[in-house]
Amino acid sequence: MKHSNAISKPPEVAERQELIRFSDVSKQFGAFTAVTDVNLQVARGEIITLVGPSGCGKSTLLNMTAGLFAPSMGDVTYAGKPVEGVNVRTGYMTQSDHLLPWRSVADNIAIPLEIAGHGRKKIRERVEGLMELVGLSNFASAYPSRLSGGMRKRTALARLLAYDPETLLLDEPFAALDAQMRLNMQYELLQISRKLGKTVLFVTHDLDEAVSLGDRIAVFSKSPGTIIRLVTSPLGADRNLLRIRHDPAYASLCAELWDLIVPSNKQEAMA
Amino acid sequence: MSVTGNAVTGKVGAASAPVPLIGRKLKINIGRLVLLAAFLGIWEFASGRLVAEFFVSKPSKIFAVLNEWLWSGTLAFHASITATEALTGFILGGFIGMIMGTILGRSQGLAELLEPFIMAFYSLPKVALAPLFVMWLGIGISMKITLTAAIVFFLVFLNTYTGVRSVSKELVTIMHLMGAKERHILLKVVIPSALSWVFAGLKVSVPYALIGAIVGELIASNRGLGYLLSSSAGQFDTAGVFAALAAVIALAALLNLFVKLLEVKMAPWKTVETQQEFTI
Repeated sequence: MKHSNAISKPPEVAERQELIRFSDVSKQFGAFTAVTDVNLQVARGEIITLVGPSGCGKSTLLNMTAGLFAPSMGDVTYAGKPVEGVNVRTGYMTQSDHLLPWRSVADNIAIPLEIAGHGRKKIRERVEGLMELVGLSNFASAYPSRLSGGMRKRTALARLLAYDPETLLLDEPFAALDAQMRLNMQYELLQISRKLGKTVLFVTHDLDEAVSLGDRIAVFSKSPGTIIRLVTSPLGADRNLLRIRHDPAYASLCAELWDLIVPSNKQEAMA
Repeated sequence: MSVTGNAVTGKVGAASAPVPLIGRKLKINIGRLVLLAAFLGIWEFASGRLVAEFFVSKPSKIFAVLNEWLWSGTLAFHASITATEALTGFILGGFIGMIMGTILGRSQGLAELLEPFIMAFYSLPKVALAPLFVMWLGIGISMKITLTAAIVFFLVFLNTYTGVRSVSKELVTIMHLMGAKERHILLKVVIPSALSWVFAGLKVSVPYALIGAIVGELIASNRGLGYLLSSSAGQFDTAGVFAALAAVIALAALLNLFVKLLEVKMAPWKTVETQQEFTI
């Protein structure tokens, strides 16, 4: 694991190294246009949240970053090179956690390490460290069917971190959790991403989640999706998610972005 | 986050009311025994009084025949032959079915190419192949094994194929992102996740394996439970027929047990799932 000593990093993007770039990206599936004219640069170590109505193509951008398919127009580059084929420098986590039901928590976390061909001892040490990181040390031998939703998510997160991808592609990973558990997971995600210096693309349709997690927030229009607003968070890199609701800047940003999203909903309702 | 081991066990413990589990099981078993005894009693009484004994024999006579076979070694001899045929055919057909199911499940092109042929062969009643196998292999044990294997093959093949097909594509993609090669995906995802389908296929196959072995013996044989059955019938020995049937049932129960034990050993997470309190 590449540990970084700095717990928090400055959110200024300009002087930081660019990792992912979308240039004039459009994607069509047959006659359906999922996203159109997306331009976005993501810096190393940055957390970007993509928020917008469902079906606006946010997930499409993650899929292209992971190299699951190519854009119809424009380019997606990763670390300066166009993404071609499966991009193994990224790790994916979706709303469904995709744990293997026949493997215990520890064995689930060990999968990527087994694939990488590490030795038994190294795998065990690494898995123990990760279980501690996500607070699951007491559940090493439990099968996923015995775990609560939050514990399953933490297992999936630990598995994601096990192979140490530099970029985490998170597609509404906490959508199915209750509010408290979600806050908990958001808190842990932020801590861990900062600690390990991860770059994160986080898709959500929850505005509060987008504002609290993102260093920058990209607001999408409804389908065909494009970025209608890109906001740099005023909350600071070392924001405390547990206290964030008392911050007037948080409230005003939420309200501002809310107004951006609501008219498009209204249009939809009238159409 | 302070979660302890108690959280899980506590949840399960709270959900389960103090149900006297053993008492309930005992009650059911007693009920079953009573039912069986009543059935045998009525049979014994009705035979010769309401129905001609020639047609239905009597439980007491059947037990006498079974007892005699048991001590003379007849039962062990014939049952072991049928068991060998059924088990060998079961393992052979099951094994080939699993391998073919996995290969075709993982390669869409091949599956599409072979589909009409497989379906044609599938819709053929496999028992109809018996005369062909007699021509090819004679009336020895290999003919019965082949017939059994042909029957079991399709059941296991189709189940394995469906199981392999139903592996979540998203999951496979996530594995690819972890750097997994086809070999990893096969060993770590596809085969374990298809396993419950495979076992469903194996379980369904147990009675069919016996059909293969016994039909084979009925067609042409001088040994095995099927032979015992047909030779008893040929001598109008009704008690012998029923005794042979009872032996077949016992053999089927043993084979079922074998598959069940295999499943517990191969898929321990299933046991955990079934033992768990049901929640939604």
